[in-house]
Amino acid sequence: MNSTTIASPRSSAKHQVLVAAAVAGSAVFMLMFGMLSIWMRFRDASPLRESTSGAKMIHDWLPVDITIPEVATNSIMITLVMTCVIAQWAVYATRRSDSSHAYLALAIVAALGIAAINAQVAVYIQMGIGIGDGAYQTMFYAVTGTMLALLVSGVVFSLVALFRALAGRLSDRQVMSAHALYWYVLTTAFGAMWFIVYVQK
Amino acid sequence: MTALDASSALNSNSSQVKGSRNLVGEISVWITTTDHNRIGRLFLRGSFIWLIGVIGVGAALGLERIDTGSTLFPEDSIVQLFSFFRTGLAIGVLVPLFLGLSIAVVPLQIGARTISFARMSLFGFYLWMIGSIVVMVSIIGNGGPSGGSAQMVDAYLVGVGLVLIGALAAATSITGTIIGARSSGLVLSEITVFTWSAFVGAIGLILTLPIHLGSVIYAAVDHHYGRLAFGGNYGIDKWIGGVFGQPQTLIYVIPVLGVLVEIAGTKGPMRHVIRTGGFIGIGILSTSLLGVVTRTQHVFEWPGSLGDKFTSAIPYALFNLLPILGVLVALAVSMLALRGTLPQLSAPLVPALLGVAMVLTGMIGHATQMLSSTDLAGTVFDEGVFVYIGYGAVLVALGAIAHWSGELRGGSVPNGIVVGLGVTGFIATVLASLPYYIVGFANQEANSVTDFEYGGPQALWNVLVTAGHVLMAIVVVGFFVVVLRPQQLTTKSTS
Repeated sequence: MNSTTIASPRSSAKHQVLVAAAVAGSAVFMLMFGMLSIWMRFRDASPLRESTSGAKMIHDWLPVDITIPEVATNSIMITLVMTCVIAQWAVYATRRSDSSHAYLALAIVAALGIAAINAQVAVYIQMGIGIGDGAYQTMFYAVTGTMLALLVSGVVFSLVALFRALAGRLSDRQVMSAHALYWYVLTTAFGAMWFIVYVQK
Repeated sequence: MTALDASSALNSNSSQVKGSRNLVGEISVWITTTDHNRIGRLFLRGSFIWLIGVIGVGAALGLERIDTGSTLFPEDSIVQLFSFFRTGLAIGVLVPLFLGLSIAVVPLQIGARTISFARMSLFGFYLWMIGSIVVMVSIIGNGGPSGGSAQMVDAYLVGVGLVLIGALAAATSITGTIIGARSSGLVLSEITVFTWSAFVGAIGLILTLPIHLGSVIYAAVDHHYGRLAFGGNYGIDKWIGGVFGQPQTLIYVIPVLGVLVEIAGTKGPMRHVIRTGGFIGIGILSTSLLGVVTRTQHVFEWPGSLGDKFTSAIPYALFNLLPILGVLVALAVSMLALRGTLPQLSAPLVPALLGVAMVLTGMIGHATQMLSSTDLAGTVFDEGVFVYIGYGAVLVALGAIAHWSGELRGGSVPNGIVVGLGVTGFIATVLASLPYYIVGFANQEANSVTDFEYGGPQALWNVLVTAGHVLMAIVVVGFFVVVLRPQQLTTKSTS
């Protein structure tokens, strides 16, 4: 045995929450991009058919009788971009020790997150498709359902940060930064999904 | 190496009150612990329980293959036995083995009081434990890939998902500790080689496991509802088989290089070269995650023009040969560290060195498989690769546990027994794998125990494989009983 144990010096906790948020964010990225890569693989493997206008050949991936409610999906995208701005406002307010603005910003972030979840549920209702109706439907629910679960985790993070702030731990700035970072990640991941699933279809 | 023992005071206090604590109290301390040492040991114990089961199944499969005309087990359970072996060795043994080792040892090496987010780490263990129990029960209940029971196949997928999330939680905790909880003044470039390997390994898990998790979600939703896109129970192996195969297993075992270089020694006049070499070797091995994240196996195609060969050779070399270079670099610097210190070789070096050699043999085998002209696809050669890497990593872990027994359990282990078990484990690994390398070229079919025939002593090869697994079981049980028995521990000597 050539190991030596000595009493440790004081360790310096350096942005541990921020690091954990970054790591969790990396995992979220890889999860969504992994799922989207399989989505694209299936889409590319689908046969070609004429588009409804007859102008070009497209992949027969999205069933013709399914319409994606683009107003709702675009609303989610815009909502999440706004969420990032407000989350950064919370960081700014915390740096200035402006507690009232920090509380307000965190509450708005949580509310916007809930609004995004509500809009996603509205998308499901408006589309009215069954999860077992076909390959597209199954994969659609799998990928959007995973994103929905991630949005729920973001809302939980916002509420935890809000309650910590209300309990007087506003000086813990790295939690606010980690919170903002996590919403950036969620927005980027949703943006990728929005483009591939809802825009490109 | 120098380990910073932050928990020594805590440990001594806990040992004083131990005597007055009843069994229920002791259990409650373990299940609610935030001590990195205990969380790490929970992972290690869980891993060794799986290992015993996996070795038993490996031996049973070898036994089944001796006589190709009949089966000892019901024929419809053979698929489950193969699933149990692959799933168990990958996510039941390798994943928790090195996560546990990292959680237990890393905080000591960087001067942290405990692991960051200890509760998340413990939560990760519980998710892994519950998930692995669900996986085990579902395979026994006719689930798993190609399983006959729909409910059990669903349960299997849920179990694998839980295991992956648990491993991600623990890996996040390790990464957070290394980046954010180092002692003041300890910069990242000065951490020990093992901590570096734990860091790279944890990052590797964080970047690769979510990709498999996505596949598991797709496969689970598809299997439960329509079975329209992913081939139902027969498609599981195709879509999530990457969790249990190469190159993902190389990500699981990245810390083996850190263990080897650390045990070989990072002191003396050449320490900067050794440390740098270790860091580089581990970094190069981590390039194997390219194959995982791109979900591609790059085969070297021999037929065709010179240009075709060149086009095929570049990605083949990048994805299959580059990780081997990483292991070779780490081995080279370990040899450099040993130069001139042979009389004072430490006993844990034996299993560690032999184990890394086995992992290297497995990697070379994997690269050989990727040569199209060898025509090894669908043969037992792949099982040989898997066992070389799996059992080799287990040998390294045994060496690591012996090396850090002071930090883990508060005592040193008898050198003779460690050397003996290391050599026996090496023989066991060779016996359990090498025959499959040989009969792979004779086209013995993979995942089959009957109806294969080829010229040569096929019964002998499978007898040797069975003997290898049995010998490995003896090594593992022996390590538990002899080495880790408290009364065998002697007072730790430090130097």
